[in-house]
Amino acid sequence: MADPRNVDIKDQPGFRTIAIICVGVLYVPILILMLFSFNTGSLVTHWEGVGLTWYGSALLNEEFHNAAKNTLIISTTATVVSTICATLAAIGMTRVKPWRGLPAAFMVINLPLMVPEIITAVATLSFFALIAGAFGLNFGIGNLILAHTVFCIPFAYMPIRARLEDMDLTLESAAADLYATPWHAFRRITLPLLVPGILSGAALAFIVSFDDFTITQLVAGPGQTTLPLYIWNQIRRPMTPEINAISTILLLVSILFVSVSFLIARRRAK
Amino acid sequence: MPDKPGRNAIEVVNVSKIFGSGEGQVAALDTVSVSIRENEFFTLLGPSGCGKTTLLRLIAGFDFPSAGEILLYGEDIAPLPPFKRPVNTVFQSYALFPHMTVADNIGFGLEMLGKPKDEIQARVAQMLKLVKMEALSNRRTSQISGGQQQRVALARALAPQPKVLLLDEPLSALDYKLRKEMQIELKRLQHETGITFIFVTHDQEEALTMSDRIAVMSAGKILQVGSPRDIYDRPAERFVADFIGETNFLKGTVVSKKSGVATVKLASDAIVAAGFPEDFDPSDAVTVVVRPEHADLIADASKGTVAGTLANVVYFGTDTHYHVKLDSGDNFIVRQQNSRSGAVTFEPGAKVGIVFEDDGARILRD
Repeated sequence: MADPRNVDIKDQPGFRTIAIICVGVLYVPILILMLFSFNTGSLVTHWEGVGLTWYGSALLNEEFHNAAKNTLIISTTATVVSTICATLAAIGMTRVKPWRGLPAAFMVINLPLMVPEIITAVATLSFFALIAGAFGLNFGIGNLILAHTVFCIPFAYMPIRARLEDMDLTLESAAADLYATPWHAFRRITLPLLVPGILSGAALAFIVSFDDFTITQLVAGPGQTTLPLYIWNQIRRPMTPEINAISTILLLVSILFVSVSFLIARRRAK
Repeated sequence: MPDKPGRNAIEVVNVSKIFGSGEGQVAALDTVSVSIRENEFFTLLGPSGCGKTTLLRLIAGFDFPSAGEILLYGEDIAPLPPFKRPVNTVFQSYALFPHMTVADNIGFGLEMLGKPKDEIQARVAQMLKLVKMEALSNRRTSQISGGQQQRVALARALAPQPKVLLLDEPLSALDYKLRKEMQIELKRLQHETGITFIFVTHDQEEALTMSDRIAVMSAGKILQVGSPRDIYDRPAERFVADFIGETNFLKGTVVSKKSGVATVKLASDAIVAAGFPEDFDPSDAVTVVVRPEHADLIADASKGTVAGTLANVVYFGTDTHYHVKLDSGDNFIVRQQNSRSGAVTFEPGAKVGIVFEDDGARILRD
């Protein structure tokens, strides 16, 4: 029995029920989606038998391959570039003497997280339309990479900054005291200790870019279909469980990244 | 060594440090000058906020003085960044690099100085032996105890053979027993390495037991510099007397004076001889201090220099403190060593007299 002096929320009446409902609402639809990816029939709502038919057809699907390729190119590039920018920004904002505009700069970097995505999407579209009209510039898939890089920065920024803020500044003083130049102190002390933050920032940026729909949908030109766009296009036609199979693959990739990010975070907490 | 003036390792000349600007500016150090001799165990002692850590940080190079010079063997190092100063620091939090082993931590300074690998290895081995940590050289610093971390921090700072070692309250995180052990250890290290130590602490007992000389600081100024005995027996100012050990303060008036000794009439009309600092010319109303152990309690109140009623008796094991309410209204504490042969005991409420030992009374600058 629970210790009466120690109120445990788990023992409150109704707690279990509410918790189970919440978890159910979150995961049952996804489980059903995954379940139907193993359906041998051609309807997403009618179960006919267990099989990997649709995984086979998904893996042989040329359009899926192209979408996956586009997604990987865009997400990887956006992740690398945005993580570098975010790291520099975080160092620039935590390892300087506080100045007047610092809180404002912090807000400016984080504001995109709070702006409705559709607004960012429309703004990005207008921006590219404008430079295309004015200068005849179109970077092709580069447009998408640019857009993704930009909106990934605040996501990558947060864990990196948190890590830098947690770091004991005395360590950097100690390095300087032991004859390390600022560059050596950064290279040998700050950077190695920052790696977990950079990795979780990068994982977050990758996930956000990987499954972005709204901005991609508006900015993407012909032939620049990414996986989320591909799925969206598929469900407008008569749906087959192939889409479930593709979604499941995407989900597994996401879970993989989240797990990596989580494991890194846990290791650093030790 | 302590009383023979050697070369000066560090000279701090009229250094001020002002933080903030305009209305909110604070002088952490106010035109401070002090010389620290070669091979000396020198302590900066004072309460928190007195500027002792600021002075240490200026010597280390983590902050730069607003005015004045800091000379290291005659060379002004005030404008140099920390990595160009042949001075190393032991931090209060140790600041060991958590992603490196004990040995890598100790070798870091030498590595940054670009020493060859075999020289680094030899020196690290020597340092590990010096601080008795050979067995743990490959451990991560997070896998060793606080006392061991302390030793690694010392070894790391000593490895590059700095001209001066700065220690910022390095013992404050240790428990009492370990702290006592490390005090002896630090003295041994200083003796064996022959390096000048500048030690910052707010613990007066630590300062008295370890230092060759002590500078007592308060509110951004150095009030007195001297050997532990000087500081304790001949405090120059009220703050010093009050901060170090327990002290009784008595009001009095100077009657006459000659060469360092004044005759003072106390509020109780008793006449006492009291020494005073060389650079001070007491006149009229003064404060006289008497250490609790420089006074004795006697049963015959009329024979005491001052007299009063015993208010409280506090037993400390090695000694007993008698709290006396003087007839003049002041409080006075007398400390007496306890001995086996049951010395005279006094009961609270008794009328008692107090006599001062020779040289027990001193006049202070307020």
